[in-house]
Amino acid sequence: MMMIETRGLRKAFGSHVVLNGIDLNVPTGSIFALLGPNGAGKTTTVHILSTLISADGGEAHVAGHDVAREPNAVRAAIGVTGQFSAIDNLLTGEENLLLMADLHHLERSEGRRRAAELLKRFDLVDAAKQRPSTYSGGMRRRLDLAMTLVGDPRIIFLDEPTTGLDPRSRHTMWQIIRDLVAGGVTIFLTTQYLEEADQLADRIAVLDKGKLVAEGTPDELKRRIPGGHIRLQFADASALMAAARMLDEATRDENELTLQIPTDGSVQSLKTVLDLLDREAITVNDISLHTPDLDDVFFALTGYPETEKGAVR
Amino acid sequence: MNTLSLAIRDSVTMLRRDILHSVRYFSITLSGLMVPVIMLLLFNYVFGGAIGAGLDGAAHGGSYINYLTPGIIVMTVGSGCATTALNLCMDMAENIITRFRTMAIFPASVLIGQALGSLIRTMITVVAVLGVALLMGFRPTASPVAWIAALGLIALITIAITWMGVAFGLVGKTPAGANSLSLMFQLLAFTSSAFVSPDSMPAGIRWFAEYQPLTPTIDTLRGLLLGTPLGNSPLLATGWCIVLILVGYFWSRAVYNHPSVQ
Repeated sequence: MMMIETRGLRKAFGSHVVLNGIDLNVPTGSIFALLGPNGAGKTTTVHILSTLISADGGEAHVAGHDVAREPNAVRAAIGVTGQFSAIDNLLTGEENLLLMADLHHLERSEGRRRAAELLKRFDLVDAAKQRPSTYSGGMRRRLDLAMTLVGDPRIIFLDEPTTGLDPRSRHTMWQIIRDLVAGGVTIFLTTQYLEEADQLADRIAVLDKGKLVAEGTPDELKRRIPGGHIRLQFADASALMAAARMLDEATRDENELTLQIPTDGSVQSLKTVLDLLDREAITVNDISLHTPDLDDVFFALTGYPETEKGAVR
Repeated sequence: MNTLSLAIRDSVTMLRRDILHSVRYFSITLSGLMVPVIMLLLFNYVFGGAIGAGLDGAAHGGSYINYLTPGIIVMTVGSGCATTALNLCMDMAENIITRFRTMAIFPASVLIGQALGSLIRTMITVVAVLGVALLMGFRPTASPVAWIAALGLIALITIAITWMGVAFGLVGKTPAGANSLSLMFQLLAFTSSAFVSPDSMPAGIRWFAEYQPLTPTIDTLRGLLLGTPLGNSPLLATGWCIVLILVGYFWSRAVYNHPSVQ
């Protein structure tokens, strides 16, 4: 069964077309990642699916309900955590959770129980009586997600859940997301990080300028993009030529004095190259390992680099 | 759960949230209480001598403090408009409002909770102002029934002005915008019978002063508390309040339900 289904979703703000016919299918209990750069239309998609704004055209069903005709039925099934913490900064962490419990019409005792359980689960017990202004970015994001979970949603929208977080908080968040899906929840994730989509998602859709340019499992998508490479830089042309003779699959750049050797990114492949250079006593000035990133995905799928709204990471 | 019980339950939850905010923002809450008391002291002790001399004492309820107190009470209510508008405007800028919009709650409960909170805060302020006025020599002659009617009218005009404040807070977009819109109600007090009798004003302003919402309210309060003639003031006051409540509520709801989220 599909938890989220859209057909030809369209949205424009004035003359600026943000979504230009989006078809999505998200099966129950899966993690679906919408990958794209800033301004691709990711947040707009989440806003339409979570009933915040209405589409100009097309259809969207969430949990079996039409978002335009039965917004309240959709709201009862979803939880939303956006990229800006939707928490009440004047209330303590615990009061924020109790506010959610009241708005989900839980009994007082049940609300207290859920709040206590979520504080423990998200490692916020010590901060429960403090206001979020004293929290770190990671803690705010965890409180935000905890608030989303008070109502036991069947579908959770996570709009760029790790943007702005440090690597450790990002990994904590990833683990939390995996645990949620293990509990049977469907997750709709937006991200501008290929790595994040790769780590978490069952299926990835790549959004660019309001259109889906690719969709598939992480492996299917990665097969479509050029692999990573090892980049070697040499001090002079003779070293370059010597190395090029040994590594026949390498691409040579004589102006830059570099070689690019395709790799799967494994340590073993790097070691093989280094051993070879060592055996032949070829001096290398600089070595770097390049793994495919969002830029490569965009370049491969659209034919132009993703640079319009500034570099990603 | 049916719509009405959902509306009540969610509004009470939002009221609790608003009360917690008042406690956390205690300095703002306190200044809301202090300003009207200072106005009362200022108008009575600084301007009162000069203004009071120009009033026909007996016809307006005796001493100037008697004349002034109902006016200051309504002015207190009027300044509550700006507080409500500011609170609401600042709250709407918070991301938690976006969260509320994605939840299956009664949509207007966010607004109703804040309006109820403002009503409670304003009524507390009004009681404080009344207390200080009594210490300063305000001597009402009202019967218990007239007192109840007077407090009822104060609550009614508070609800009316609060809902206008909610609407201004939503329409104003920025705190500065919200504040300048609600300045209107504070200025209305000066062109009413709050401090001086409209009889002393030039014809055009006098006509405006007599029919704007605050004058009939103030005159009704004077009539109830001090026994001055009521005339058609109670009718005008109640009519104005009902119109303002309806306009404020439906305007607010319409603006809240159609946000320009992007």
